[in-house]
This record gives sequence, structure tokens and C-alpha cells, in this order.
Amino acid sequence: MPNTPLYLYCFHRILQAVPLLLCVIVVNFVIIHSAPGDPVYALIGDFPAPPEYVEQMRHEFGLDQPQWKQLVVYIGNVLQGDFGYSYAQKQPVLNLIADRMVSTAVLTGTAMAIAVISGVALGVLSSIRPYSWLDMFATGISLVGYSLPVFWLGQVLIVVFAVNLGWMPSGGTGSLRSNAEGFDAVLEYARYLTLPVLALLWRYLAVNTRITRASMMEAMSRDYIRTARAKGLSGRTVILRHGLRNALLPIITIVGYNLGFLLAGSALVESVFSWPGIGLLLYKSITLRDYPVILGIFVVTATMVILANLLTDIVIAILDPRVRY
Amino acid sequence: MEKAPDNGLSRDRASGNGLKVRMRRFARNRASVAGFVIIAVLLLAALTAGVFAPHDPFAVSRDILASPSWAHPMGTDDIGRDIFSAVWYGARAALLVGLSVAVASSILGIAIGSIAGYYGGIVDTLLMRFTELVQVLPTFFLALALVAITGPGLYKLVIVISALSWPATARLMRVEYYSFKSQDFVEAATTLGQSNLRIMVQHILPNAVPPAVVSGSLVVAQAILLQASLSFFGLGDPQLIDWGQMLNNAQRFLSRAWWLSAFPGAGIFLTVVAFNLVGDGLNDALNPRMRER
Repeated sequence: MPNTPLYLYCFHRILQAVPLLLCVIVVNFVIIHSAPGDPVYALIGDFPAPPEYVEQMRHEFGLDQPQWKQLVVYIGNVLQGDFGYSYAQKQPVLNLIADRMVSTAVLTGTAMAIAVISGVALGVLSSIRPYSWLDMFATGISLVGYSLPVFWLGQVLIVVFAVNLGWMPSGGTGSLRSNAEGFDAVLEYARYLTLPVLALLWRYLAVNTRITRASMMEAMSRDYIRTARAKGLSGRTVILRHGLRNALLPIITIVGYNLGFLLAGSALVESVFSWPGIGLLLYKSITLRDYPVILGIFVVTATMVILANLLTDIVIAILDPRVRY
Repeated sequence: MEKAPDNGLSRDRASGNGLKVRMRRFARNRASVAGFVIIAVLLLAALTAGVFAPHDPFAVSRDILASPSWAHPMGTDDIGRDIFSAVWYGARAALLVGLSVAVASSILGIAIGSIAGYYGGIVDTLLMRFTELVQVLPTFFLALALVAITGPGLYKLVIVISALSWPATARLMRVEYYSFKSQDFVEAATTLGQSNLRIMVQHILPNAVPPAVVSGSLVVAQAILLQASLSFFGLGDPQLIDWGQMLNNAQRFLSRAWWLSAFPGAGIFLTVVAFNLVGDGLNDALNPRMRER
């Protein structure tokens, strides 16, 4: 069968993502209606709001209409980016979330980049010498990475490096009084970023190491590796050019498909380090019982995960034409 | 559609004297045995907390934020409660949640996976689409939203976490049932006119149990982590002593009282490590075809 053109594959794949997104909104709708008492409070939050506002929300989200109509109205509102208004924090939910997006992106992006680079390196090295001490070390890191509660690791890092040694700040993104500019400001920011990143990255380091090792072992046992060696290529070229290149696909998949975990880890780390991202907003909203924000964050993260999966599949399809049969 | 793996080793699994062999194989793996011992100790701790823990974990005292000493081996918290006793009691919540979730999500996963794998066709497609949907939802954020809006509580927590952690088991079971469906003993049972339900439960299930046990033990580890995370976000059951809530409380006193954080966190870490180790060991012992990859 001839290859489907890339744009058709993308189109097909995007079509598959649309019902998923709709499902996320429906799940949200179900949560709102599973609230004990009046569902309108899931849209306002457990916060003293004037009765006129309550009535306005009830009307805006169609809660005075039959269920199926409510669902349609709700889907319409969310698709237009209307996640409601946070009465407790006096801002539209979407603005609250959008304001925090950059901080979360910096934290998760840095952690992911470090985890991918060191994980791939560790995975390649341990696949070259399976069962060596380095491989054992990598296995140990994997176990720890899968088992450590990130928020506890964050606390331990604060106690050790901020409280006792005083090397690093214990939280936030920088002092307001600091008048550092240019490169100094970046350095200052990096200092505040160090401990949160260090708390967050282990699980992804573990995932990347494991996947790289497994797919390198698989790739290196193929015939083309034997051919490459027989041609007299150096060990290094064979491993990087012929082995790693072919082992990369599963690694990309894993990175793309782990965004949900990464965001969850980030939420926990942010609340430990008062890092002003989506996670800290979530923590605050839970203490305020600000339900519309909590639900909005769920929809936004779910959408991001679905889009990341979509993007991953498309990247894989570009790199590996075999996928689009 | 995924192709089912070669099932040449199924006979080894189904053979009667396999249990001994598998136990010996598990016992050879020292790390897994260590994990098993930790779990045994934790179970014992959970069962005996009411009898042997030195203090009532809810009892306040005048010893506020006292550092570890003979009287309080792990110190006390901001209202003078004994941390050692609380950590001891905390094993209850962790194991209760972890094990109940494992049982509930295994039942769900086996049911959905077996129906999809055994019947195939449109049933399979629909069930797997549903599985993918659940798998793609960000578990932590969804669980958080659900518990935040419907209110915390132990049973609710177990239900919510179980409802979100069955997909891995279901996918595994689907492959198992798919590959066993065409085996001689199933065809023989079909020829004898036995019902589908009977074949699925009585003939195939015993063969599909080992991988389910492995994924169950990994579910325990993830469930304990998830429950601790939710508790850390302030959504734990207030009637219970649990490690996640203790860490939430510790956050405010990090600069003054490290022991508030160190011991409960170590409890979570150790428990999760133990279940992960046992899961790996069981995987080696029960699924020989998966070894040496």
C-alpha cells in the first residue's frame, strides 16, 4: 500500500483528538453535577457571593434549563474560552491560568530538558555495558525516581540546601528588592529555579533512562548494526549514528506521553517552593474552595496532554514514514 | 490492531508445580525479598498501631515542636503530637488505600480487558477507545477536582483512584485473553458447549492471573503516591492520620522542625519502593518470557 501523505495523516489524527477534547468537557460537566447541593456553587466556589451574581451564573450556564441543554451551553461556553469567573480571586478563570502558564512552562521545560539529556546519556551508557556498575546505578536511579514523592524531595532539598547550608533560596522567584539587571537577573532567576527543577526531574530521568536502555538494546541487536560494524565503522559512530538514531522514536513517544505526569509533579513542586505557576494557583484555589479555577485547570491540563500526544504522533509520523501506512 | 505476543510459555504457567518454581525464582531476587520484608513489617505496624504505638497520635501535649528525643523518637509537631506514633498509624491509611485500590482496579481492569480481548470486534474497539480516554486524562488533576468538589473521605478517595488506575491492567488482560482465545483448551471448552462466561472465568482467568498480580502490585505503589499527593494538597480524610497530610503540615515549619517532614516522607518513600521492588520481582518470577530484555 502506498504511503498516505503526511497532511492526510495529520488531518486524520486531529479528527481523533476532537472527540477526546469534547469528552474532557463532558467529564467536567459531570463533576459539576456530582457536587453535593446546588451545582451552581461548583461554578462559583464556596465563597460568599451576592445572590444576584448566583442567579446570573445560573442563567449564564443554563442551570435553569433541562440537563441536555445545560451540557450544550456548557460545551459552548468552554469552547469560547469561558471557564467562568473566580469570585474569590476576582478574575476570569482563564486569565488566572494564562498568567501562570509561563512559570510552569519554564519549570517543566527545564526539568524535562535536563531529564531527557541525562536520561538518554545514562541509558546509552548502560546499554553498552549491561549489568556493569553504571547499569546498576541507573537501575537504582530508576527505582528511586519512580518511588520518590516529589513534594517530599522538595522539602528535603529546602531543609538541606536552603535552611541548613543556606546555599539556595527556599522558594519564590526572586526578591522584589533585588535590582539585578540583564544577565545578573537571569542568574538570580536560575538560582531560584535550581531546587524546584532538582526536585522535579527524577521521575523523567528514570523514564528516559529505562526507555533509552531498552530501545538501545533492541536497536543494537539488529542486523544493520552488524553490517555497520563489519564495514569497519568506529564503535562510537555505530552507537550514535546507527544505534541511537533508530532508538530515538520510543524516547520521543515517552517524552510526549508523559506530559500529564510532569504537570502533576510540577503542581506539587510549585506548592512546595511557592513557584508562581499553575500548580501554586491550584493549591491556593483548593484552600479557597475556588471550584471554577480547579475545574479550569483540569480542562487546560487535559487539553495540553491531548495536544502533546497529538504533536508526538505527528512528529513520529514525520520521522518514521512506516507509521502512516 | 496490536499483534498478540507469542504465547509459547503459557504451558509453563499453567503447569501445576509452577508455584514452587516461581517462589524460588522470586526468592533469588534479593531486592524483591527486601521489599517483601518491608511490606510485611508495614502490615504488622498497621495492624498493631492501636496496641503498641507509644502515644495516641491525636493527643496534643505541651511539648511543641520538640526535636527527636527518647520520649519522642521522631519529635513532636506544632500542637505537641507525637510524630513517631503518627507515622506508625499512617501505615494504616497508606496500606488501606493502596491495597483496596489494587483490588478494585484489578477487578475493573480484568473485567474490561477480558471482555475486549475475548469478544474482539466492535466490543473491543469501543472498550479500548474508552480505556484510551481514561488513560489520557491527567489523573492527578481529575482526582483533585473530583475530591475537591465532592468532599474528601477515605472511601471516596479509594473509588476515585481506582476508577482512574485500571487502564494498564485492562490493556494487559486484553492481550492475554486475545492470545489464549485460540489455544486448544479454550477451543475444547467451546466445543463442549460451555458458556463464554465460564470459559473466561474458569479456563482463561487462572492463566491470566500472573500478569494481573504484577500490574496490581505496581498499582499499589502508584495509588499510595497519588493518595499522598492529594493529601498533601489538603484533600486527605481529616479523620485519618496519613503521611501526606503530615507533610502538608510540615511545610510551614521547614525552617524550624525538619523532623515534621523527614519521617512521614520516608514512610511514603519506603512503602512505595517496597511495592515497586516486589512488583519487579513478581514480574521476573511470574512472566519468564519478559525477562532478560
